[in-house]
Amino acid sequence: MKSNKFIKLLSAPYIVWAVGFIIIPLIMVFYYGLSNRDKQFTFEYVLSIAKPEHFKSLYLALLLALVSTIVCILLAYPLALILSGLKSKNEHLVVFIFILPMWMNFLLRTYAWMTLLENNGVINSILNFLHLPNIQIINTPAAIVFGMVYNFLPFMILPLYNSINKIDKNVLNAARDLGANYFQTLFRVIIPLSVPGIISGITMVFVPSLTTFVVSEMLGGGKILLIGNVIEQEFTQNSNWYQGSGLSIVLMLFIIISMVITNIYDKDGEGNTL
Amino acid sequence: MSKHLIDLQNISKSFGNHLVLDEMNLYIRENEFLTLLGPSGCGKTTTLRIIGGFETPDVGRVIFDGEDITNLAPNKRQLNTVFQKYALFTHMTIAENIAFGLKIKKKSKSYIDDKIKYALKLVNLEDYGNRYPDSLSGGQQQRIAIARAIVNEPKVLLLDEPLGALDLKLRQDMQYELIRLKKELGITFIYVTHDQEEALTMSDTIVVMNQGYIQQIGTPEMIYNEPENAFVADFIGDSNIISSTMIQDKLVEILGVKFPCVDTGFGENKPVDVVIRPEDVEMINLLDDYENEMASAASSEDSWKKYGRIQGVVTHIIFKGVHYEMEVMANGFEWLVHSTQMFPVGQKVGINVDPFNIQIMNKPASEDEEAAPIEE
Repeated sequence: MKSNKFIKLLSAPYIVWAVGFIIIPLIMVFYYGLSNRDKQFTFEYVLSIAKPEHFKSLYLALLLALVSTIVCILLAYPLALILSGLKSKNEHLVVFIFILPMWMNFLLRTYAWMTLLENNGVINSILNFLHLPNIQIINTPAAIVFGMVYNFLPFMILPLYNSINKIDKNVLNAARDLGANYFQTLFRVIIPLSVPGIISGITMVFVPSLTTFVVSEMLGGGKILLIGNVIEQEFTQNSNWYQGSGLSIVLMLFIIISMVITNIYDKDGEGNTL
Repeated sequence: MSKHLIDLQNISKSFGNHLVLDEMNLYIRENEFLTLLGPSGCGKTTTLRIIGGFETPDVGRVIFDGEDITNLAPNKRQLNTVFQKYALFTHMTIAENIAFGLKIKKKSKSYIDDKIKYALKLVNLEDYGNRYPDSLSGGQQQRIAIARAIVNEPKVLLLDEPLGALDLKLRQDMQYELIRLKKELGITFIYVTHDQEEALTMSDTIVVMNQGYIQQIGTPEMIYNEPENAFVADFIGDSNIISSTMIQDKLVEILGVKFPCVDTGFGENKPVDVVIRPEDVEMINLLDDYENEMASAASSEDSWKKYGRIQGVVTHIIFKGVHYEMEVMANGFEWLVHSTQMFPVGQKVGINVDPFNIQIMNKPASEDEEAAPIEE
């Protein structure tokens, strides 16, 4: 069983990593979240989500994440359909172009949107030049949705594209053969068969949108507080690790729920293709 | 014979620089079981896809029941296809799969239910309506694919190598099943396969294709017994194809020996190809010193009855169950012979062929008719 031992040895670096950077921090979050400064066990900070200011930020985060996810689906699905219909030669190039932003730094991409959306930004300059009325979009929830959609769209396109592309072309031909027109084929065959991809895409956009604080801080001008911003402020400005951890546990609950839903539907592991 | 249901007129199709079909003309009669047979890449599937509407020909017309349907979308055509590897809707139950076409056509619920019941009974899968395709075997899935197509009452059923993914025993069972279905439904079947045995078993008409050209059209008996060229002879079953000379009507010289035959009209001293099926080669046991015996015996007209027209030696033998497959070296040609009688390796034999079993073919006129290597 020498080889067996060797394989176990190979996994050692990962185990060290997982313990040091995943398990221990998780234990610390639970420790801080479920205790107070007097080191007593309490649900106080977890339940503080019911406070109006916390609840409002959670509600807003859920709402914006939901809107972003829906916008991403509406943008990505037609695109994924078109991509999967392309001839193989161009297909990979076009997919690559749409995935390209993923390789750039997240902060840089969000800064770019600041420059675009600012009151004296690129978009308004162009509108000025054309003598059109300016738009006031920076520091509004709409700007945050823009940022989220832009940043997370590739994570929606890829699983959708993969799941649509995996459908046997003859299955689509069969639908046509049985009398279905293009839209009937789309709604009765393509969309139902791509549900695993849709679910994966939703998770991969919804979870990061729900937890982000960078996008909302930069494009919301610090005025719009999402649950991520509240948690960040508790850790950095208020140095209240107990409060931050308590709210993190609540947020974690929502993430776990969406992961469970994904695992039920995504049996083929579409989400693992990234 | 009944009227033409489908007429393919002058069809050409290429993909990129590759010409797949070249000026193909073919008609299909009502109620016919027509098989397009050929090696992969011969254009048979493309022909089927053109009839189904999944490809448009570059040139030519498709006439269906008197109407030009060349550019009609597949969902508007009165025919249905059974695809290779079944192409069932995996997110639907068997009953929903079968109902798909009928629901699109907005048939009433009771009509659809009756049809599902009828179709499942027809393919002997009555209790499978609520199951999902993944839980069925390959053969069962294939029968569902057929059921899904025929509930729409097509005038023509197109079948694209439907048995290709099944194992041998199941394939044979399904062949009988298909013949039965064809009889019960009374509709036209157009069947694509590369399996010559499948084609011979089921078809009324076989269309042998190679490299985008039709090589021969005929009944299974005609295709097997009277192949028009070396490609057809070689593709349909085993055969001895020997380059020979037609001396005159009813006399052909094969490997330097004159054989009487029944063909006429090839001209005199004309090079031809001769096809002799391995089961038509008759062999006579010869003694080791038959040469001396033959020399001493007065060479009478009838000596071929005793010694054969050509003499050779058995070089290989394989037992095949029903018969022995042997190779015999005679006059520089390796003869393939099928016989229920066993001739051991090294046995000297005489070879005769009945005049009726010598099939004379013209040499291929162009390269296109040349027998191409079969990649399977």
